[in-house]
Amino acid sequence: MEATAVKKYTYKDFVSDQEVRWCPGCDDYVILNSMQKALPEMGVEKENVVFVSGIGCSSRFPYYMNTYGVHSIHGRAPGIATGVKLANPDLSVWIITGDGDATAIGGNHFIHVLRRNINLNIVLFNNEIYGLTKGQFSPTSVVGQKTKSSPYGNTQPPFSPGELALGANARFYARIGGNNPKAMTQIFIEAHRFKGTSLIEVLQNCVIFNDGCYTDVTDKEVKDDKQIYLEHGKPMIFGKNADKGLVLKGLKLEVVTIGENGITEKDILVHDAKEKDPTMHQMLIRLAYPIATGIVRAFDDVTLEEREDELTKKIKAGSKYKKTDDLFFSGETYEVK
Amino acid sequence: MSIESIKPAPKELEGVVIRFVGDSGDGMQLTGTQFTDTSAMFGNDVSTFPNYPAEIRAPQGSLYGVSGFQVHIGSVEVSTPGDSVDLLVAMNPAGLKTNLYALKKGHTVIVDKDAFTKKNLEKAFYETNPLEDGSLDGYHVIEVDMSTLTKEALKDVDGLDNKTITRSKNMFSLGMVYWMYHRSTEHTIDFFNKKFKSKPELIEANTKVLNAGYYYAETLELISNSYTISPAKMVPGTYRIIMGNTATAWGLLAASEKSGLELFLGSYPITPATDILHELVKHKHFGVKAFQAEDEIAGICSAIGASFAGDLAITTTSGPGLALKGEALGLAMMIELPLVVINVQRGGPSTGLPTKTEQSDLLQAMYGRNGESPVVVIAASTPADCFNYAYEAARLALEHMTPVILLTDGYIANGSAPWKIQSVADMPEIKNRKVTKFTENWHPYKRDAKTLAREWAVPGTSGFEHRVGGLEKDSVTGNVSYVPENHETMTHTRAEKIRLVQNNIPNLKVEFAQQGDLLVVGWGGTYGTLHSAVKQITEEEGFNNIGFVHFNYINPMPKNTEEIFAKFKKIIVCELNSGQFAFILKANFGKFDFQQINKVQGLPFSNDELIQKFKQLL
Repeated sequence: MEATAVKKYTYKDFVSDQEVRWCPGCDDYVILNSMQKALPEMGVEKENVVFVSGIGCSSRFPYYMNTYGVHSIHGRAPGIATGVKLANPDLSVWIITGDGDATAIGGNHFIHVLRRNINLNIVLFNNEIYGLTKGQFSPTSVVGQKTKSSPYGNTQPPFSPGELALGANARFYARIGGNNPKAMTQIFIEAHRFKGTSLIEVLQNCVIFNDGCYTDVTDKEVKDDKQIYLEHGKPMIFGKNADKGLVLKGLKLEVVTIGENGITEKDILVHDAKEKDPTMHQMLIRLAYPIATGIVRAFDDVTLEEREDELTKKIKAGSKYKKTDDLFFSGETYEVK
Repeated sequence: MSIESIKPAPKELEGVVIRFVGDSGDGMQLTGTQFTDTSAMFGNDVSTFPNYPAEIRAPQGSLYGVSGFQVHIGSVEVSTPGDSVDLLVAMNPAGLKTNLYALKKGHTVIVDKDAFTKKNLEKAFYETNPLEDGSLDGYHVIEVDMSTLTKEALKDVDGLDNKTITRSKNMFSLGMVYWMYHRSTEHTIDFFNKKFKSKPELIEANTKVLNAGYYYAETLELISNSYTISPAKMVPGTYRIIMGNTATAWGLLAASEKSGLELFLGSYPITPATDILHELVKHKHFGVKAFQAEDEIAGICSAIGASFAGDLAITTTSGPGLALKGEALGLAMMIELPLVVINVQRGGPSTGLPTKTEQSDLLQAMYGRNGESPVVVIAASTPADCFNYAYEAARLALEHMTPVILLTDGYIANGSAPWKIQSVADMPEIKNRKVTKFTENWHPYKRDAKTLAREWAVPGTSGFEHRVGGLEKDSVTGNVSYVPENHETMTHTRAEKIRLVQNNIPNLKVEFAQQGDLLVVGWGGTYGTLHSAVKQITEEEGFNNIGFVHFNYINPMPKNTEEIFAKFKKIIVCELNSGQFAFILKANFGKFDFQQINKVQGLPFSNDELIQKFKQLL
């Protein structure tokens, strides 16, 4: 959508009259603010934006956005958002979900919405815990994590939303720390511009039930050394001094230091987010050090609504049925006098 | 055993019930459909009931692999496929064994003698050959070497393999039945010409076999007479034969055109509802958006999303699927969006009897959600009126901003009957509540004073940006509210909104006696069987004190319900479950005594069992 024809909005236009009820200090505020800052940049009319959520802390989000919104039921936002988008493909549709909502109770819908590649966006608030039900382990909680439902430590191994998404043929995947509003805002804008299903995983701190779960990678002190912020077409370099980089050794990614052992910037891998083959994207998602953030994958593909639209146009053009009467009175009818 | 000749009994019949049975692969559905269409075009009223196994290709010759098609044709109004059968056509021993019970004593059974081999008899668990051991005494048995005669008829046709030859023997039996009932083969030959356009050898083969059967029946002295059934007296107009599920789909198409809204279907395959999905996916030319979701829940959720965005939204399912949709249906009720939920009922509970019929989802439709969550519940009563009630479901959903559950069942969904084609121009108006121009103080839960329906502000409409959700909301602003009194107000408002639908539905009409000793009460798909039983007892047995009332609107019920109940001394509620509608009636009309006739066998009522029970009450 082009910005020229659209009203000029500011951050405030997207703030609803509802009082925000998240816990003080929650990363959810960062996500909300980033979204409200990103929307004026997207060039989309306010009435054409729909937020759909499931259940959980994150899912209160639509109430705080001054756009159209549905706060639905647990795990089912992808189904509702799919219906909204298919009914009116001109809308900018956003699914707001959490790790429990998307990957536990809504796991089935989550993989299928990614598979179909409908042009909508998913923001997954991953805090590795159930917040609204007051602290049970989720499918992304680590083994050994002590929670209300695992007082002796979690025994269920987690999966990674990114890996799961790529397994479901996701075309767009980004990951960002919950304390990085600047990059987050930019990623939201990019996700909106991307044609297809975009998944943005936010590493979101829960101050009450899982405080500090990402501290070792997102804290200001360590984030440049522990994260690599990927940008398409740029070398995979990270570190406070921008002297670390990624190279491929055998079938694994390896961290090297530029200037040591004859390594120069030329040896460092260049990020190709648009590559169809997800192998490298999968390896980046799996990486424990550094943690890959930014847009990992953005493969341009045909969307479901494009396929549907093309088919409908073709069938409409070739059909003898213009009105239902044409159908009802066609074929084997007979007269009773 | 030799074939006896029929004693001359030339007479004109008012109606006849024919059942074609054979192996799943024997083409019985096609044979039955052809006979039905030909008879309808001749001017008969018709009613059909296919009965096929849940298994797609059950082992050949097995008892559970038997596929059947029953058709009732009449020179008078026919409202059921009939219970007992006048003519049975059995293509193999398994078909004979599983269907002989339905054949009236003294009536005719045609069998393919060639299929009564040792192997097939064993598969059907016959210890001795029923054609030889006297077990068919008392029936008129016509043994025909159908496979042999079919082969003989095709000996000069080139390019046919053995399988094709064997598979065309159903046309031999159809030809025989055409002759017996004075039907022309013309319609079926036209059908071959269209269906096998690019395979002339198949046109030739099928035509030859059909004619061979026809002439065989004519030539043989064995069948010495035949029956005629004159055209029925039907309302003039253009007709077609329609299956209930097709009629349902078409009713939705009509509602979409009339309302000017695009049609969205979110669905997941489930027997016996899937044919509605199959039908609607064909109609992309009308802009139908049919979305096959990953499960039942996503099916209804996508429909809720489409409704939020302004489409006429539908989800289709059967019993177990409705259970899965329960939570989402509660959401649709809570956010007060128009939504049509179609439940083609089958035998339950759990997986139950997927291919059999039952009316046992009524209480699920009424109450199967958490909290107090009333929705409109209506039910279709015949294959043809599935069209009207699908249309009606859409009309009520849009005008009252509510989910509407339409109950049909396997019996009417798969059955077919003549449908007097209805043009959309003649259908009632459908208004929707979409907003256009923003005015100050607009709130999403602002209600119409007469109906309590809220307005429909769809995304893309400037000024109306708002949020809805499953949390309780303030009765005015629609914002989340936990205020105790507000919750009670909203609970009552949601109930009252559904009750007010009463002002937008027709009154009940009593058929036969308008007052008297016994009122027969039914709902949904049992209309045909109940109507014909009351008709018979009234017209043939001279009772003039029985009335019949049939409910299509269940929640809310028509306004004159109580008034009608008061006109009869006894009330008998007949339904294919253990008494679910009776339970609702007892709760709502406590001053009447409701007696019950119930059947839970996966089968429709039979005429005889109803008449016998009615008589006991008189």
